[in-house]
Amino acid sequence: MSETIKTHPELAEIFNKDEERVDWHDETLWWIRQKRDKSAHSIPEWEQLRETASQIKNNVLSDLANYLLAFEKNAKANGIIVHWAANAEEHNQQVHSILKVHGIQQMVKSKSMLTEECHLNEYLEKHGMDVIDSDLGERIVQLAKEPPSHIVLPCIHKKKEEIGDLFHIHLGSPAGTSDPQVLTETARQHLRETFLTRKAALTGVNFAIAATGEFVVCTNEGNADMGAHLADVHIASMGIEKIIPDRKHLGVFLRLLTRSATGQPITTYSSHFKKPRKGQEMHIIIVDNGRTIQMGREDFRASLKCIRCGACMNTCPVYRRSGGHSYHNAISGPIGAILAPNLDMKKYADLPFASTLCGSCSNVCPVKIDIHQQLYKWRQVIVKEGYADTSKKLGMQLMTFTLSSPTVYRTAGKAGRWVLKHIPFAVNNQFNPWYKHRDMPEAPAESFGEWYKKNVTDK
Amino acid sequence: MKVGLFIPCYVDQFYPNAGIATYQLLRKLGVDVTYPAGQTCCGQPMANSGFEHLTGDCNRLFLDNFSGFDYIVSPSGSCVLHIKDHLHVENAEAEATVVRTKVYELVEFLVDILKVKDLKAKFPHKVGLHQSCHGQRGLYLTQMTELVAPYFSKPGQLLSQVEGLELISLSREDECCGFGGTFCVVEEAVSVKMGKDRVKDHLTHGAEYIIGADMSCLMHMEGILKRENSTVKVMHIAEILNAE
Amino acid sequence: MSKEKILAALRHNQPEISALPVNLAFERDESINLVEKFRVIAEGIGSKVYVVAGLEEVAALIAADFPEAKRVLSTVAEVVSSAIPAFELHEDPHTYADVDIAIFKPRLAVAENSALWITEDRMGVRALPFITQHIIMLVDKNTLVPDMHAAYEKIGDTDYGFSTFIAGPSKTADIEQSLVLGAHGPRSMTIFMH
Repeated sequence: MSETIKTHPELAEIFNKDEERVDWHDETLWWIRQKRDKSAHSIPEWEQLRETASQIKNNVLSDLANYLLAFEKNAKANGIIVHWAANAEEHNQQVHSILKVHGIQQMVKSKSMLTEECHLNEYLEKHGMDVIDSDLGERIVQLAKEPPSHIVLPCIHKKKEEIGDLFHIHLGSPAGTSDPQVLTETARQHLRETFLTRKAALTGVNFAIAATGEFVVCTNEGNADMGAHLADVHIASMGIEKIIPDRKHLGVFLRLLTRSATGQPITTYSSHFKKPRKGQEMHIIIVDNGRTIQMGREDFRASLKCIRCGACMNTCPVYRRSGGHSYHNAISGPIGAILAPNLDMKKYADLPFASTLCGSCSNVCPVKIDIHQQLYKWRQVIVKEGYADTSKKLGMQLMTFTLSSPTVYRTAGKAGRWVLKHIPFAVNNQFNPWYKHRDMPEAPAESFGEWYKKNVTDK
Repeated sequence: MKVGLFIPCYVDQFYPNAGIATYQLLRKLGVDVTYPAGQTCCGQPMANSGFEHLTGDCNRLFLDNFSGFDYIVSPSGSCVLHIKDHLHVENAEAEATVVRTKVYELVEFLVDILKVKDLKAKFPHKVGLHQSCHGQRGLYLTQMTELVAPYFSKPGQLLSQVEGLELISLSREDECCGFGGTFCVVEEAVSVKMGKDRVKDHLTHGAEYIIGADMSCLMHMEGILKRENSTVKVMHIAEILNAE
Repeated sequence: MSKEKILAALRHNQPEISALPVNLAFERDESINLVEKFRVIAEGIGSKVYVVAGLEEVAALIAADFPEAKRVLSTVAEVVSSAIPAFELHEDPHTYADVDIAIFKPRLAVAENSALWITEDRMGVRALPFITQHIIMLVDKNTLVPDMHAAYEKIGDTDYGFSTFIAGPSKTADIEQSLVLGAHGPRSMTIFMH
């Protein structure tokens, strides 16, 4: 029996069974959106910064092959070992083989959405390797055997009591602990031991500078640095789109990244790794995994500008009320919904429809990705490629037939208001999802058209 | 100035009063306005569901009905935005392009074209204004809270001219209500929750009426209000601006 | 080879060249007091800031603030004393795991976000600013710049093996968005601005 993946509406419905929890989730993320607003509004040149960041990323995408070559050349000159991976599988194999060469069985990893996308942990575990995530939120979802539900706040869906239970079971902390201060201290002690004993550390990459061959990793916890500076082998995994041309461009991106993400003026650590330290081996794996295909999709190419700040998730009224797991993809929320169909259009056909197209995501995006426009465009592609379900298709064709002809429309309208029957929110019975929690609009005595005909004599 | 009145299908069928108020208001302001009887729908429900390729006939029909006017005015930001962004007609693209620039949502037509400064309207009630996303983020009727840019509000400008009207403030002034076209049934659970939250914001702040420039959002919120047996009513902004 | 495959796919799929913005100069309010701005932001993100007349005041304040500290070390010669021993280099960074307080002198201080730019040559070893329980930064007012653009102008093409901006103590809000200082790195940051 093959496991069928639940769709966004199904998962969202399950999430919404506990309304109090939905309110809590929504309020928590809205609070972050408000912090983002406050932070952005303290920078008068904010919109100009976004525009500049967008233009820099446009330039990068238009010349990416050359930038990657320059980056590779400069990184190599700095003593970094550079690998290229066409897909997730190859990336995972490369990590595995680096570890094998050094006879390492255990690795500490800081946050990397790319490794989530590649399912690296599962792969390494299957091959007998032990991976410990060191970002607190990542560690929590790892203990819970769940994927992260948010790219910046991996366990934003979890309550502190649940985290207390996890720590009690896995880390031996006293039962019933729910004070974040105490829980964080527990994780600090547990992970400090990990940092001190691991010979290999993997980190993500926020920005890779073509001109200097260095890469920048941003964290608040200091976990990427603790891992990398104590390990003999440092592996950094980056998507091909992480390139920026020069160091000075970091000025633009570092001003935008964290203000957009959490409202902080900057992350605690913005670490620039240029050369391995003495006696250390430093690797970079440059990963494609579908990005070059997305590059070829003119309408969706701009999604590669993303710097993974998560602002679109925090502002999304749907994300806030459906939770990250409802997107059943490593990257959730609006940005996930435009990235995922590129990887598997059938599996993620539901995601571009998990939006009201309200447009708030595009407005908060620090690199000005036209997210909601892309959601609209993905819908067209998904339907054309045949991934819309048949009943919807038939309904649409009937609707089109009626709405394309004034005569049919009027007749239908008269016959008990055609629209009442065929516009999906309009059938008054238990099978109609509109009616479950909403009353129907009352059918008026006459339509506007009828009123007009009766009351207005055209000149 | 000849103005074609574009009444979206669901307004025509369910909310004729919003259409009537729009018509009467425009006449009151001296506009030569006509309702072309052959119109049906802008095609948005299909297009937003991914079936834009089926909207060709709707588009042609729209063009046939409206290409002769100086302006096309409609009491729906969402439908207007759809026309502005997506009206394309084979072999008549030049004409379609002209139509795309001539179509106005009622509020922006009153503020930007007619430059209405002194409405004779009276509505002595506490009113909550719902910013419909397509009108706001698509047509820029009101400044968006996400942007670092000077504040303005076209509906606010008009409502300030209405005698006795008290505009309440909201905790989240421009959050989506969750209607979203077919989203309202495809994503029923989230849609309803969004609607409930939006309604609650208005109720908490003492609204007697929830008003807006898009009847579709209001229909969704009305459905929730009625189910909750609330006495609070929804009303299209045209009905307020036309109230005496 | 994946490299060739990726590059070929990119060359095929990349859009036409889009120009890089030349102007990265943004309007700045030149009237702001950088020390004050820095202090407000630094305190806002959990740092403790002392504005001192000279470094001779530092030792007493450290002693008062950290009476429990056992292993203290300084990478800055000016503040080394019998109570504050100088940093000594060990190849193995793990030997610094029990450091309570480490003192550094960053190269730049950014007013807009209180980030301190410190290159590897001023860290002792790379792990030290992270592994220490508490971090102390001695910031010369003359190294203050208004924002990140100005910081990178100063940084220019300087060579380093590793360098970082540090803004405040390590922190997390992963548990229900409750801010906790002292995630994996230092539990506190004290800045002496002179």
